[in-house]
Amino acid sequence: MSNMKIKVISRNPEDYLRATKRDIHKLPRNYDPSLHPLEGPREYVRAMNAVKLERVFAKPFIGNLDGHSDGVSSLAKHPNRLAVLASGAFDGEIRLWDLASRKCTRHFTAHEGWVRSLCFTPDGQHFTSVGDDKTIKTWKSVTRDEEDYEPTNTLLSMSVVSGITHHREKPIFATCGEQCQLWENTRSEPVKVFKWGVDSLHHVAFNQVETNLLASCASDRSIILYDFRESGPLRKVVMELRSNALSWNPMEAFIFTVANEDYNLYSFDVRKLKQPINVHMDHTSAVIDVDYSPTGKEFVAGSYDKTVRIFEGLKGHSRDVYHTKRMQRLTCVKWSLDNKYILTGSDEMNIRMWKARASEKLGILKPRERTALNYSEALKEKFSNHPQIKRIARHRHVPKHVMNAQKEIKTIREKNKRKEANRRAHSKPGAVPFVAERKRHVVKEDE
Amino acid sequence: MKEKKTVRYFDIDNNKEEENNDQNVKVFKIKPTSRILKDQKYKEKYNVKKEKKETKQVQKFPGKAPINPEKLEQHSRGEGLGKGVRHPLYAVKLKKRENKFKYAEEQAARADILLTEDQGFLEVDEDHRTTGITQKVIADNVDITAATKIFELNLAFGPYQAKYSRNGRHLLLGSKKGHLAAFDWVTKKLHFEINVMESIHDISWLHIETMIAAAQKEWLYIYDNTGIELHCIKRMDKILRMEFLPYHFLLAAVNEFGFMSWLDISIGEIVGHYNNNMGRTPVMTQNPYNATICLGNSKGVVSLWSPTIRKPLAKILCHKTPLTAIAVDNRGMYMATSGVDRSLKIWDIRNLDGPIQHYKLRSHCAPTDLEFSQKDMLAVALGDTVEIYSNCCTQTADRPYMRHRMGKSVNNFKFCPYEDVLGVGTSNGFTSIIVPGSGEPNFDALESNPFQTKKQRKEAEVKALLEKIPPELITLNPFDVMEVDVPSMKDKIEAKNNLLHLKPKKVDLTPRRKKKGKTDVARKKIIKEHVRKEFINQVIEAKKIVAEPEEHNVPKQSFGVLDRFVPKPKAKK
Repeated sequence: MSNMKIKVISRNPEDYLRATKRDIHKLPRNYDPSLHPLEGPREYVRAMNAVKLERVFAKPFIGNLDGHSDGVSSLAKHPNRLAVLASGAFDGEIRLWDLASRKCTRHFTAHEGWVRSLCFTPDGQHFTSVGDDKTIKTWKSVTRDEEDYEPTNTLLSMSVVSGITHHREKPIFATCGEQCQLWENTRSEPVKVFKWGVDSLHHVAFNQVETNLLASCASDRSIILYDFRESGPLRKVVMELRSNALSWNPMEAFIFTVANEDYNLYSFDVRKLKQPINVHMDHTSAVIDVDYSPTGKEFVAGSYDKTVRIFEGLKGHSRDVYHTKRMQRLTCVKWSLDNKYILTGSDEMNIRMWKARASEKLGILKPRERTALNYSEALKEKFSNHPQIKRIARHRHVPKHVMNAQKEIKTIREKNKRKEANRRAHSKPGAVPFVAERKRHVVKEDE
Repeated sequence: MKEKKTVRYFDIDNNKEEENNDQNVKVFKIKPTSRILKDQKYKEKYNVKKEKKETKQVQKFPGKAPINPEKLEQHSRGEGLGKGVRHPLYAVKLKKRENKFKYAEEQAARADILLTEDQGFLEVDEDHRTTGITQKVIADNVDITAATKIFELNLAFGPYQAKYSRNGRHLLLGSKKGHLAAFDWVTKKLHFEINVMESIHDISWLHIETMIAAAQKEWLYIYDNTGIELHCIKRMDKILRMEFLPYHFLLAAVNEFGFMSWLDISIGEIVGHYNNNMGRTPVMTQNPYNATICLGNSKGVVSLWSPTIRKPLAKILCHKTPLTAIAVDNRGMYMATSGVDRSLKIWDIRNLDGPIQHYKLRSHCAPTDLEFSQKDMLAVALGDTVEIYSNCCTQTADRPYMRHRMGKSVNNFKFCPYEDVLGVGTSNGFTSIIVPGSGEPNFDALESNPFQTKKQRKEAEVKALLEKIPPELITLNPFDVMEVDVPSMKDKIEAKNNLLHLKPKKVDLTPRRKKKGKTDVARKKIIKEHVRKEFINQVIEAKKIVAEPEEHNVPKQSFGVLDRFVPKPKAKK
C-alpha cells in the first residue's frame, strides 16, 4: 500500500467556535437541499406563523390630537415638514399641530361658520383657509411676533367658497363654490372663473404632476376637469350619485379617485372617462374623503360608516379597515407624505393618527430584523392563496353596525342579481344584456 | 475603422508561413518553448468561444464566473412551466417568478465556493482495492484527532443499539439487558449511565440531546440527559421500533401487535394511533425526505405510513422472504431492502416499480441491518462483518468499498452525521470505525450544528418548535402543499356522488308581509314543484356523469369464423 491516499473529515474546533465571548457565534451555512428537507411544509408553517404574527401585531392606532371644540372639517398636510398639520373645525377654529409631540402649537378662530377647506402653499410658509363667511384668508405657518397672528392676506369672494387647492409651483390657487375660480395672491379678484351649469362645487383638487390640470366635484353628481390655461372647463362625467371628494394619484398623473355617495370609490383614467378603471367597494355608507399615498399605489378613504378603509389602487376591495369605539363619522382623511401614517378627522372633535400598515414596527429596524421581515413578507406573498392563510390574513373584526350593514348590502346585491337573472330568463334573449359593474355607475360624459 | 495588427507572431502548429500582403506588419519568429505549447493547448481546449470575442474586443470585465452545471442541477427547483400558460398577464407574472427561482438557484450554487471543508476519500493504486484496507491502516495514516474516532467499548449487557444525535455529537447506547448510556462521543464525556432493569427494545434521541426515549419491556420512557425519568408513557406499550421525526416533533413507534402510534412530544399528545394490519413488523425506518415511516414485515412487504391516513400510502412487495432491514437515503431517492434470502435490493422510492439493483450477497447469513450515509454509502451488516458499498444505487457495485470484521455479531449501526464515522452496536459493546467519504463535510449551523453551545441549542429549540410541521402534512410528496390544488376527476365525481344522497332543499315560503286571510297555496305549490324539479334534474345530470361507462377501446379478440359463438353482452336496461 505505497500509494494510498486517505482523507477523513477532521474539523479544527477553533474554526467553528468563536474566539472570545464577546464575539458572535460562527454559523457556517450549506445550502445543499439534502440538508434542508421538507422545504415545502416548513415554509408553509413559517408563512402561517408570519401571517398570524401580522394579525397579532396589527395595532394601527397611534394616538389622537384633541383640542377642537367642534367636529374637524378639514385637514392639510405641510408640503415639506412631516410633523406639521393644520386642521379646521366646524366652529371656524384652525389649529396647527406638532405631530411628533402630539401637541397643538397654535389655535385661533379664522372664520365665522365652518372652515371649509385648508391648504398650504408649496413652500410651506403660508397656508390658506376658506370659510363659510366667503373669505379666503392666508396665514403664516410660523409665527414670531404679534403681527404674524393676523392673516397676511384676506380675499373676499363674491360667492360661497367651499374648497381650495394650491398649484404645485406657481402662486396660484383655485377655489370652488358656485363656480371654480383661480386666484393669485397679489390680486383681489379671481384671475379666471370656470363655470359649467349652475350647480355648486364642493371639492377641487390640482393635479400635482400634470400641474395645469384640476378637477372638482359638483353637487349635480358630476366631476369636472379643467385646464387652467384654457378659458372653459374640459370635461364632465356624471355619476349616478354625487361624489364627495377627489384625489389625484401623485405618481400616475392621469389617474384620480373619487369618493362617492353610493358607498363606492371610483378610479378614473382622465383619458377614458366613459367608465372608471376600477370600482372600490367595501364601505357601508357614503364615502366622505379620499387621499392617495405618496407612492400612488394605495389610498385611504374615510366614510360616514365610522370606518377608515385602505385600498390598493388596482384592487376592488379594501386591504384594511380601521375603526375605534369612539370614532364617529369621518370628515377628512390624509395619508402622510412619508407613506407611514394616516391622519383622520372626525365628527367628534378628534384627529387620529394611524399607522398606514397596521402591523408595521415603527422606528429603526436592525438589518437582521429587516431581513426577517422581508422573508416573512415574501412567504406571505408566496402562500397567500392557501385557504387557511388567506382566511387569517383577510379576517377583520368590524363593529356590529358595519357587520349588519355589510349583510344588508350583500342581500340587496344578491336580490338585484337574482332579479336581473329572472328578467333575463323571462325575456327575449339579448333584451336584458349583461352590464359590467364598471359601466353601471357612470351616467354620461360631456365635453 | 480599427487599425490592423502590426505585430504578428508565428503560429506554432502550422509551420507554413502565411503570405502577408501588408507591408507594415512586423513578423517575429519565436521558438516554441514548452510553456508556450502548454498555453496553446490550454487555449485550444477551453477557449473555443473566446475567439469570437477576440474578433470584437477583449472584454475587460467579462461578467460573472461560470457556474458548475452539476451544482446548478443540485439546487434546481424543477424545469419550470414552459409555454403552458395561455393568458399573457399570467405568463409574464410566472416568468418573473421563475426568474427569481433561477436567480436563487444560481446564488445557492455560487455559495458552494464558500464551503470550507472537503469531503473525505480513500484512494489506492489501480491494482489494489480499497476493500482490503483495515482500520489499523487508516488509523496510521490519518491525523491524531481523526484517529481517536476509532475506538471500541466492551460492555457486558448483551446486544447493544447505538444512535447518534442529529448533529452527530452525542451517542446513545441501549442494551437488550437494560443498560442505557448517553455520552458526547467526541470528547468522551459521559452524560449518564443507568440500568433500567428491564429489557430495552429501542432507543431514540428526541429533538435535543437533553432528552431521550427508551422503549422498555412494557412502556415507553423518556429520560433526560442525567438519567432522570421524565415520563412514562403507558399509552405506548410493548414497542418494537421507534423513529423520531425532528421537524414534526413526532415520535413514531410500532408495537408488537402492529399498533402504530405517533406521539407529538411537544404537547404530549398522540396524533395518530391505529393498527396497521401488517402483522409483526420488526423493521422500521423513516424516510427523511418526506417523514413517512417505512415498515417491513415478515411477508416481505414494505409499507409507507403517515399518522393521519389509516391506510398505507404505498405498499411494495420487496422480497418473497421476511425482511431483515430497510434503509432510505437522505434525499429520499433510494430505498435499500434486504431479506432472509440474503438478497439486497435497491429501489427508487419515488416511483416504486421494480428494483434498480438486485444483489445476492455472498455470506453465510442474511444482512441484519442496512444504513445509508449522508453521502449515499450503504453499510450492510453481515453476521460479524460490516460491509460498506459506495455508489451501489445507480450502478452495480461488484465489491464493497470497505469491509470490517468485528469478531462479534453486529446488532445495529448508524453513520455519524457530519463525520466519516460508522458506529456499530455489537453483541458485547460498541465499536466506532472510520469510513472515509461517508459524511457530509460541511454542516449548516442553522439546521444542525455539532459545535452548538447551550444557548444556541435553546434558541434553536424555540425556533424549531415555532416551525413544527403539523402531522397532516406528512404525504408522499412533501411539495404537495406548494402546488396548485386542482380537483381531480375523482374528486369531481365524488362531489356529484354526494349530490345523489342529498335531500332537496327546503323552500322557505314565509311571505315578507303577511296577507291576512289570504293564502296563496297554488303559487307556493308551483314554486316548490319548480325547485324540486330543478333538483331532480341536477341529480339526473349527476347520475349520467357517474354512471358513464368506461369506454371499451380494446378491440375484442377475434376467433375468425367462430366469432358467432362468442356470447353477446346483454344490453343494460
